[in-house]
Amino acid sequence: MEGFRFLDFPVPDERGRFGPYGGRYVPETLIPALEELEAAFEEARRDPEFLAVYRQYLKDYAGRPTPLYFAERLSEELGGARVYLKREDLAHTGAHKINNTLGQALLARRMGKKRVIAETGAGQHGVSVATVAAMFGLEAVIYMGEEDVRRQALNVFRMELLGAKVVPVASGTKTLKDATNEAIRDWVTNVRTTSYILGSVVGPHPYPRMVRDFQSVIGQEIRASLLEKEGRAVPDAIIACVGGGSNAIGAFAPFAYEEPRPRLIGVEAAGEGLDTGHHAASIAAGKRGVLHGSYMYLLQDGDGQIAPAHSVSAGLDYPGVGPEHSYLADIGAVEYAAVTDEEALEGFKLLARTEGIIPALESAHAVAYAAKMVPTMGRDEIVVINISGRGDKDVAEVKRILGEGR
Amino acid sequence: MSAVKEAFQKARAEGRRAVIPYLTAGYPSPERFLDYARVLAEEADLFEVGLPFSDPLGDGPVIQRASEAALRQGVRTKKVLELVGKLAERTDVPLLLMTYLNPVLAYGKERFFKDFAAAGIKGVILPDLPPDEDPGVAEAAREAGLATVFLLAPTSTDRRIGVVTGYTTGFVYAVSVTGVTGARDRLPEEIGALVRRVKAKTELPVAIGFGISGEETARQAAAAGADGVVVGSALIRAIEAGADPRRVLQAVRKGATL
Repeated sequence: MEGFRFLDFPVPDERGRFGPYGGRYVPETLIPALEELEAAFEEARRDPEFLAVYRQYLKDYAGRPTPLYFAERLSEELGGARVYLKREDLAHTGAHKINNTLGQALLARRMGKKRVIAETGAGQHGVSVATVAAMFGLEAVIYMGEEDVRRQALNVFRMELLGAKVVPVASGTKTLKDATNEAIRDWVTNVRTTSYILGSVVGPHPYPRMVRDFQSVIGQEIRASLLEKEGRAVPDAIIACVGGGSNAIGAFAPFAYEEPRPRLIGVEAAGEGLDTGHHAASIAAGKRGVLHGSYMYLLQDGDGQIAPAHSVSAGLDYPGVGPEHSYLADIGAVEYAAVTDEEALEGFKLLARTEGIIPALESAHAVAYAAKMVPTMGRDEIVVINISGRGDKDVAEVKRILGEGR
Repeated sequence: MSAVKEAFQKARAEGRRAVIPYLTAGYPSPERFLDYARVLAEEADLFEVGLPFSDPLGDGPVIQRASEAALRQGVRTKKVLELVGKLAERTDVPLLLMTYLNPVLAYGKERFFKDFAAAGIKGVILPDLPPDEDPGVAEAAREAGLATVFLLAPTSTDRRIGVVTGYTTGFVYAVSVTGVTGARDRLPEEIGALVRRVKAKTELPVAIGFGISGEETARQAAAAGADGVVVGSALIRAIEAGADPRRVLQAVRKGATL
């Protein structure tokens, strides 16, 4: 395979709209910075030199391409389609996040910014930003909700070890949503010197598009690897978890807008159940609205106040979902499902037991949905599960939860 | 002429830049909000009421805390309508509503502006809406008879100044700093340049907000050519500290007097 390319997708339009979704709902202070970022990204994606450098870092630093692994024992156990795992867990820092942070850090360097900031939930994106900042010699400040700082102490230490400053955020629900508010406030204040490296396909234009473009390396590699292994580039189905939605968009986008299109299934976090109100399923149970600069499906009350999200997986614990997912749901190009905390924990154990791979709790949602769907499929069909990250970070939390139930 | 523009003219005729206090509706409690608002309105030319939002990304820590406290007491859109109605009965000072876009969309923008206009609001400020992002919002506000107020910042290009003032019927809210709301000891020098650039494009009044904390910052804003000054965090900080916010507003008024 020749490597990553910037593909041309039919959305968003010039105003950053995916149908009605997306846009740029931010304080006016940031508009010139977003215009500047958009122009710099447009220029970079047309520059063969930028592409060559990005590809080089993906290969030599992130360790790409990641394998497309045939999960023989899992396929046997489920007794249906042939299951392949896209091993994003094997990328440097243990998740797909590095695809985006390398791209955005290169862009920051190109724009002459010496300071980068980011929001993080579980800490995976924060670690990834701290990592590339160390490698490129940039100052990094990471905003993290106080609640997440407590739950993910090890990732806080990792970020500090990598030279980043971690700022605990005490406002609101003290989680990812509030960390994102605080990162935006920092950017409004320091916009002249600072690049904001957003971690998902959310936020104001051009972020949802830019993050999608960088993450689309996942789907591009699935195509190439599958062609090599099975003689066909398009599987029958691809399953990925959806919080903000960056790993799912990365896996889906190269397939979503052309025929033949595989079944694309985004799996949201149903938390303690969709009817309990304790979940993070914005598409399944949310309403349209504006948060963090973008029009999208959101968890909110009748007065438009944002409702707290809940998921056992901190990376899915976000009350919104990217504008492109909102659009793909409306046009029916992607199916969205939701699995509970309990089902995700079963998926977590299933993959560990059958394949010797401990997935991130986020990715375990995709595994859990596959466990329901694969047995209904034919033996000649092919399913790809995107294993967006590895589960080392979650082992202590899972031990605590399983221990309580005993 | 709209009540909002008239208030600027009246202040000017009295030798003063318009004094515009801000309080978050329902803070520190619905009743005490009304008490403070009524007292502060006596020193004001316009009065800004904040409808609290769960994720106020344009606000600094003081207004964030006030918003959270109001929300904890169940202050939502309907309650704010009620508070605005009561306040409007007790003061002739034109009332402005400040909130984020999502509560407006959730209520239905046409109905939202109509109901707030009926309650006594004269103008609306939406800090997370660049007006060209959804022109239907400014249109719905105007159709309800409300003056529209949008923000411009030191980073705003001349092109953005042209776009934003094109949607504005009330006044231009010039943000003194790149940053969020909050009282500061001094305003940056560059605020004068922003006011000049805005005034080169429009006849609309220009009010400076963010960072106004007392007499000195208000005087700086006046010297920078502002037609009005907005003060919010410094008032709420006084309330938090158990001090009298009227003293703060009187100092601002002194600094804003020519």
